[in-house]
Amino acid sequence: MLCLDQVSKVYSTRTGRHKVLTDISLSLRRGGHLGILGRNGAGKSTLIRLIAGAERPTSGVIRRGMSVSWPLAFGGAFQANLTGLDNLKFVCRIYGVDYRPLIPFVEEFTELGHYFREPVQHYSHGMLTRLAFALSMAVEFDCFLIDEAMVVGDVRFHDRCHWELFHKRKDRAFILVTHDANAIKIYCRQAAVLHEGRLTPFPNVEAAYGFYLETLAERPRPVEV
Amino acid sequence: MNTRSSLLQSFAIQRRVLHALLLREIITRFGRKNLGVLWLIGEPMLFTLGVATLWTLSGLHAHSPIPIVAFAVTGYSSVLMWRNAANHCSSALEQNKPLLFHRNVQPIDVFLTRITVEIAGATCSFVLLSSLFMFVDWMPAPVDPLEVVLGWVMLAWFGAALALAVGAGTAFSDFVERLWHPTAYILFPLSGAAFMVEWMPPAAQSFVLLLPMVHGTEMVREGWFGNVVQTHHDASYMALCCLALSLLGLYLQWEASRRVEM
Repeated sequence: MLCLDQVSKVYSTRTGRHKVLTDISLSLRRGGHLGILGRNGAGKSTLIRLIAGAERPTSGVIRRGMSVSWPLAFGGAFQANLTGLDNLKFVCRIYGVDYRPLIPFVEEFTELGHYFREPVQHYSHGMLTRLAFALSMAVEFDCFLIDEAMVVGDVRFHDRCHWELFHKRKDRAFILVTHDANAIKIYCRQAAVLHEGRLTPFPNVEAAYGFYLETLAERPRPVEV
Repeated sequence: MNTRSSLLQSFAIQRRVLHALLLREIITRFGRKNLGVLWLIGEPMLFTLGVATLWTLSGLHAHSPIPIVAFAVTGYSSVLMWRNAANHCSSALEQNKPLLFHRNVQPIDVFLTRITVEIAGATCSFVLLSSLFMFVDWMPAPVDPLEVVLGWVMLAWFGAALALAVGAGTAFSDFVERLWHPTAYILFPLSGAAFMVEWMPPAAQSFVLLLPMVHGTEMVREGWFGNVVQTHHDASYMALCCLALSLLGLYLQWEASRRVEM
């Protein structure tokens, strides 16, 4: 079980303190599939970073009763002068996984060829994205955090990501955060809408989508404390 | 889960993360080409050799009973001990921020990694250089090796505590980083690397002895040269300073880890 209890996040900026998330509570059981809809700037990525544990909440508690991934396909952690293989080794060492059996999968999935053993600074954007996704699949988490990772890449990559995540790992829990309702309609049974830093849960995806459309019609206003 | 097993688990995670970070740090810093990891020792060695040459050519302290090479090696190696870790920690968090996306990687891990690399490098270079110079008879063997080690450990503690405080401080404000580099420059000539406290006028002595690293350097030299030189040091004063700085560093890194923003 993954639980968020009254989680808030405040950032200090040059123009004062901005409350990005307000009293977010949610829970996800093992194998649960939760979709969170929100328009640009609703606080989606912040919420994902808090759940991942990359940042800490200003107040409130996050309890992780299962292993939770880092934000999926996040490529920022690559060190430019390390090779793709070095990056795989690093991630595996952090999570205590043997990297050797994973090399064939990562090589096959990323289609990097000999570039797998070249520094990632020579990679194209597409190559980086494929490597980032493959590394996310290298560690078998109970719950995956997906922050619009699926929208990048070409159709072939897109399909392969979906296969790896939503078919081969459909027994796993995930939280899918996006402004695109289609993926949520297909893969999620639970849905919620994040709007102006507040999370509203809905019993089904249709109801959530209806509310989301209403929020889209509103003019944005900055949230201040 | 009981406390004991969760504590053991935490240790296992900590060990894993530090191991991964150490390997990564060594590969990214020194690469796999030419000397690779040997640069860890080579870098401080080149520095020490350069300074030893300069001091020899300038004929500094020609009147002293200590051979100039031995004086330079003990002095400059001590500087590397307290200065390098802080230099490399001063922007470590900014450079390694993406790693913090992995929940188990905390700011203190990033700092501990760099501190370990720097202190190990400076120590290896000190051991290698002094062995080499002892072999060719430019440097006597240490009179009291245990005291050398003790002084060295104190310098390592001071270097580590300083690095933690400076590194975590830069996470709060760039000001700390901008302040650190000039401070390090000013501290270098005052740190006891290029003089013995005994050579100073008494008023200056009590001033430089306020600086903790002076005590460590004097200890190393007393251990190495014995009664040939008159040294001034107070290990308990230095330990107290190190303890205070360690607590400050730990507190700052704890605050910094709460404030990490991606």
